[in-house]
Amino acid sequence: MIKDQYILGIETSCDETAASIVKNGQEIISNVVASQIESHKRFGGVVPEIASRHHVEQITMVIEEALKQANMLPEDLDAVAVTEGPGLVGALLIGINAAKAFAFANSLPLVGVHHIAGHIYANALVQPMEFPLLALVVSGGHTELVLMKEDGQFDLIGETRDDAAGEAYDKVARVLNLPYPGGPHIDRLANESDGAVPFPRAWLEEGSYDFSFSGLKSAVINYQHNAEQRGEEINPNHLAAGFQESVIEVLTAKTLRAAREFNVKQVIAAGGVAANKGLRKSLEETFVNENIPFYVPPISLCTDNAAMIAAAGNSKFSAGKTSDMSMNGRPGMELNSWK
Amino acid sequence: MIWLGIDTSHTPLAVAVVEDDRVLASYQSSLKITHSIGAMPAIEELLKKADIKPSEIDAIAVAIGPGSYTGVRIGVTIGKTLAWTLKKPIFSVSSLQVLASNASYFPGIVCAIMDARRGNVFAGIYTNGEAVKEAHMPLVELLKTVDEMGQPVLFVGMDVGIHWEQIKEVLGDRVERANAAFSLPNAAVLVELAKKLQPTEVHTTVPEYLRITEAEANWMKEQKKNDNK
Ligand SMILES: [Zn+2]
Repeated sequence: MIKDQYILGIETSCDETAASIVKNGQEIISNVVASQIESHKRFGGVVPEIASRHHVEQITMVIEEALKQANMLPEDLDAVAVTEGPGLVGALLIGINAAKAFAFANSLPLVGVHHIAGHIYANALVQPMEFPLLALVVSGGHTELVLMKEDGQFDLIGETRDDAAGEAYDKVARVLNLPYPGGPHIDRLANESDGAVPFPRAWLEEGSYDFSFSGLKSAVINYQHNAEQRGEEINPNHLAAGFQESVIEVLTAKTLRAAREFNVKQVIAAGGVAANKGLRKSLEETFVNENIPFYVPPISLCTDNAAMIAAAGNSKFSAGKTSDMSMNGRPGMELNSWK
Repeated sequence: MIWLGIDTSHTPLAVAVVEDDRVLASYQSSLKITHSIGAMPAIEELLKKADIKPSEIDAIAVAIGPGSYTGVRIGVTIGKTLAWTLKKPIFSVSSLQVLASNASYFPGIVCAIMDARRGNVFAGIYTNGEAVKEAHMPLVELLKTVDEMGQPVLFVGMDVGIHWEQIKEVLGDRVERANAAFSLPNAAVLVELAKKLQPTEVHTTVPEYLRITEAEANWMKEQKKNDNK
């Protein structure tokens, strides 16, 4: 019988301080997230220096809570996995140095995990991943289409050339004077809307799996600006719905085309924007019709958390890949395969 | 009693292992290697050479700033994580006092500084090892304060050179600067300072930035403006 493998995951790449213990890359034993959102709200976005300061305040408490909720001791663990990048460098460094000190003090192996790999492996906590697998990763920092031919193997087939989807949401929310973070508000307004402003779709050149949202964002800003100059009231619901329709149509169409081309067995959505109701519905309907299994992890596993880092770390650790005490934060880290 | 001392609050890295009154091993460098790459390997190597297992450490002493925000955080994060998981006490020492204590036998004022850009410094003023003042301030203001104290003064820190001409101009013959050997923080000195302190609560041990962030300063200004409306 194979021995169970327990991984402590640590995540501090942006504005959540998180720690979690996952068994065999599948089962969440504990999952603790300390969100800083309240602190950043007043600035209308994440302030990197303040994020780093909060991480130092929280880090040991969060790890302690993860062990406590799991009713485990450091010696019950098999490895420590931590987000190595990408992310805010000062924020990453807190998790990394805490992970290193913890691993060193308890003679545990250390595994550096790519944040996007983490988002994708959140899916393994819900049901077994089947390959080839296509993942659409959408968040405040990312819009990526990743093809996985097998466990631990990543091909980045498409990515945003400018703003991430979540970033575009936040900027449009600002146009509408919606509080930060704006994504959920736009989703709500769009769902309540009885009409939509027609905005362009950024398909880019034929066959491309890349994305671009800056043109759409400018179109929204121009629309609002023109209305203002004419002294017209804009209908925020129509604007939100038009924006969201454009984003969702492009995301869905490109994901579908890639799923067909690579003949995948599973399509998953991950990242904070995967919590968007409109996007979920569009993808679900599309892939039901296409007869390809489609999954989105529950919202708590879509947004940044450490269980996903532990799950990805489990796969990487099982493949024999570990890091040493000289691990540095890698804000621009590329998604590399570990197989 | 075995102490581990860590100072990453500025460009230099200092780590030391002290057993009671004996410095077992000490490491100092002013190389521009980021602390995230350098600090844990240095701790690992020093303990290995001293043949001490992490579990044999009895106390952790850490420099809590001021200094480079990122630098200070790395040392504090390593220190508090080690202290917490090893269930050992943590002692927080001012980074400026660590520097100043290199010159604890100087008869007069010791002034430790770190450059904080745009004419500002993090500065600590000490007499007989006691802090008179530790603050983030314009260098001009520091020099005025020290000048008014009317005693011989010694400047310590690797950034003294950047401002030496200006310092000399204001303080003239009353001022000296520590030589290169005493310009870097020494983690064994840090441990000696920690021995005189009470431990801090590990979870709430955080850097002493001596400065709020720009975003917060602007935000507070905005609030004030709105209050006056
Ligand atoms: Zn994320």
